[in-house]
Amino acid sequence: MLIRFISLFFLIIFAVAPSMAQEDARALFDALGKANFKQAEELVGKIASTGDPKVVPALEAFADGNLYARKSDGAVFIGTAAGANLALTDPMSGEKAGEEAKGALTKVKVNNGLRRAIRSALGGLTLLSPDKAIRMEAAQSILKSPSADSLELVETALSNETDMAVKAALEEARAASLLISDRPIEEKKAAVATIKAIGGQASLSLLSTALNSADEMLKPDIEAAIKSIQDTQSLWAMAQNIWYGLSLGSVLLLAAIGLAITFGVMGIINMAHGEMVMLGAYTTFVVQEIIRNSAPGLFDWSLAIALPVAFLVTGAVGLVIERGVIRFLYGRPLETLLATWGISLILQQAVRSIFGANNREVGNPSWMSGAFELGGLTITWNRLWIVLFAMVVFAFLLFLLKKTPMGLRMRAVTQNRRMASSMGIRTPWVDAMTFALGSGIAGIAGVALSQIDNVSPNLGQGYIIDSFMVVVFGGVGNLWGTLVGALSLGILNKFLEPSVGAVLGKILVLVLIILFIQKRPRGLFALKGRAVEA
Amino acid sequence: MKLKAHVTGALLGAILSTTAFHGAFAADDTIKVGILHSLSGTMAISETTLKDAMLMLIEEQNKKGGILGKKLEPVVVDPASDWPLFAEKARELIEKDKVAAVFGCWTSSSRKSVLPVFEELNSILFYPVQYEGEESSRNIFYTGAAPNQQAIPAVDYLMNTEGVERWVLAGTDYVYPQTTNKILQAYLESKGVAKEDIMINYTPFGHSDWQTIVSDIKKFGSAGKKTAVVSTINGDANVPFYKELGNQGIKAEDIPVVAFSVGEEELAGLDTAPLVGHLAAWNYFQSVDAPVNAEFIKTWHAFTKNDKRVTNDPMEAAYIGFSAWVKAVEAAGTTDTDAVLDTIIGVSVPNLSGGTSTVMPNHHITKPVLIGEIQADGQFEIVQQTPAVVGDEWSDFLPDSKDLISDWRKPMSCGNFNVANGKCGGKGS
Repeated sequence: MLIRFISLFFLIIFAVAPSMAQEDARALFDALGKANFKQAEELVGKIASTGDPKVVPALEAFADGNLYARKSDGAVFIGTAAGANLALTDPMSGEKAGEEAKGALTKVKVNNGLRRAIRSALGGLTLLSPDKAIRMEAAQSILKSPSADSLELVETALSNETDMAVKAALEEARAASLLISDRPIEEKKAAVATIKAIGGQASLSLLSTALNSADEMLKPDIEAAIKSIQDTQSLWAMAQNIWYGLSLGSVLLLAAIGLAITFGVMGIINMAHGEMVMLGAYTTFVVQEIIRNSAPGLFDWSLAIALPVAFLVTGAVGLVIERGVIRFLYGRPLETLLATWGISLILQQAVRSIFGANNREVGNPSWMSGAFELGGLTITWNRLWIVLFAMVVFAFLLFLLKKTPMGLRMRAVTQNRRMASSMGIRTPWVDAMTFALGSGIAGIAGVALSQIDNVSPNLGQGYIIDSFMVVVFGGVGNLWGTLVGALSLGILNKFLEPSVGAVLGKILVLVLIILFIQKRPRGLFALKGRAVEA
Repeated sequence: MKLKAHVTGALLGAILSTTAFHGAFAADDTIKVGILHSLSGTMAISETTLKDAMLMLIEEQNKKGGILGKKLEPVVVDPASDWPLFAEKARELIEKDKVAAVFGCWTSSSRKSVLPVFEELNSILFYPVQYEGEESSRNIFYTGAAPNQQAIPAVDYLMNTEGVERWVLAGTDYVYPQTTNKILQAYLESKGVAKEDIMINYTPFGHSDWQTIVSDIKKFGSAGKKTAVVSTINGDANVPFYKELGNQGIKAEDIPVVAFSVGEEELAGLDTAPLVGHLAAWNYFQSVDAPVNAEFIKTWHAFTKNDKRVTNDPMEAAYIGFSAWVKAVEAAGTTDTDAVLDTIIGVSVPNLSGGTSTVMPNHHITKPVLIGEIQADGQFEIVQQTPAVVGDEWSDFLPDSKDLISDWRKPMSCGNFNVANGKCGGKGS
């Protein structure tokens, strides 16, 4: 009897719930202000179950941490910054609700678990949105975090869908949700096939999750699918390693290419090379700061603007160093080494005094953020651009050295100084220009490296050893050697890393280089001719 | 706790520091306080902030009239991120400048370098940075977090709130991450996590190419169990690590990263929008909502004349250490080392998270553990705060140290008492 009463009671509650929910959405939002994370998660579920698309903006604001509770009455609003105050918007009606000082509001806290809950709630709520892009996004978010509950929703959406692309995404989302539902096994088998066809890491993760709770009958199917995805993945892993190697190699190339001029062509053991890279990175920071403050619209162009500026700044610093210090030390490698090392310390401390010891934030323009998928490869945009940029810089330098009068003079002076001098070339001037060029190139490398590394006074130190390694390995005085050296070291490193780890990998590379130098003291591409005896 | 191979900073720093800061004439009516933080070299990035914080605390104390009717006089030296130089500078502070106590060090290597000096000359060092534990000296107070005040509560949080079952322990290859990971591994295994669900990865200092490791983490995380990364990656390598995570699209909702060396200061060099939701565990965040913290931040901004300067956890540890020392000196009525060592144990001072911290007999302190999620503005949102935890110097999860305790009260006065055989003198110093 009692049981019957209780079940009746619940029946009534459930019957009434949907209609009540409509009116109560506002109350549910207000309750968020006082809820802990667990309660808030339940509330999000309840808000989503109203099925009212009007709650979407408020849920999105919640995920972004823009929901605030008013201290005076506990009412919850969407807050947007308006000067020192926050402008309030009603979460349900979307109407303006005045402004409040920040002190009069408390932020409704959100954590990862809640954000996940909101994301899947939003996925369900926006599946029937009139906007194609939003529907696509909803389908993808369900695919990422499928639940048996959303299955029916997805199927309804699927039957209404007209767009082919969204339909395909919905099919995948349906398969993912179906796997963990209690549907009959035949349907599940079809779902496994669908997911297997998608391939990639995400599918692997879906299938492995499903495997844990799968029916005995289904397990062989899932296992076969996992195996087949893994096989394809391991093939792609090879390509991925090569790509990582190329990308690491191009970073090495960028760092080393300026040194290939100052050390490689001129023979100056330039310990301040890393600091030129660092100065280039700081130039980027300054340029971005100016753009942020005066013309924020140009931000995506900041790197393009920073390139010539960095080249000029570091080139000028290089010129000063050559004229002020190095020219007195030609032919005395040990003293040059010590002097340039001293310069590097001075530059570091100078930057530390001017900009402070902390890292500076250099932003990534939008076209350098994120990644895209190419088959089974994940290629990040910043790495792709850096690879391309390194190649362009290399081509530019090669052209400059081989095809211009200035390059001809540089080569003439390095190959036979006295003869060049007697042909009427102002060798001191060429020296200064060559050193400035090498420094300038290091500066533009700094612009690129600011995108992937810390911009701190220590930036250069991290690259100086690697740079020397690349130049010596590739063959002193040969640009092609630097290119091949950098890329092969990068790829070698990336093939060693997965099996022996990053620390041991680095050591092994160093050992291999030492052995190689024993065998070929002049590196991969040894210079022939008079310069060798010099 | 950080250590970095560097030769460069040392030389210049040595030249700078011998010339600087010795202008102060020793007057009898002041109490001298030594500040031993690197102002040049690789560690300057972290340590200069602490020097500023100490100068501020001393200035504030002087405004209140100093201690025992005497003004405090800071003596700043620059050990230039060079571990042996730390020992030399410490000796100089104690013997030549006759400082009453020293506040300083950041890396474990620098602490290990000065430890014998403080024991030999019987002076006091307050060490304000989280470290790997496994040490207890009569002359050192560890006001930063021991592993049980940072690492273990963070792992507990992920296990209970996020339901994490698979763990990547990623760290830089040196003593702090290795010891911490050893403790964590033993802890996780004691909680029933299988060996194949733990992946340990070490990287060299200043590692900047994280492509392979991040994609490995992604792969490790796609085994159908909720995965998290516990990062003991050294400060400098963090920026490229987080950038790579962001670019490869690993969101905190999928694979959260909890870090023990990333605070407000480190995030200042980073666009944090793609990192929202990744976690850090500390005993203090700038975003702590407490009047004492608001006051501290206000003073800090006024002192540095920069209202953008952030505060961080080691600053709070320095604050607690300094307050405890002031209180102990006042109670003892003298700055004499032995007297202060006696009175400081049991001293309770307010911390910046709104509670109090007590100096324990093992020379560690009690403090709450806060778990925070990174926000888009570079601050942390506190998602959990534990009650105050006592710093455990000898980890209970390592076979070597589980029987050891430290109690510097008389009559025991022992930093490594073995409870199994009842003798003083186990492992370590």
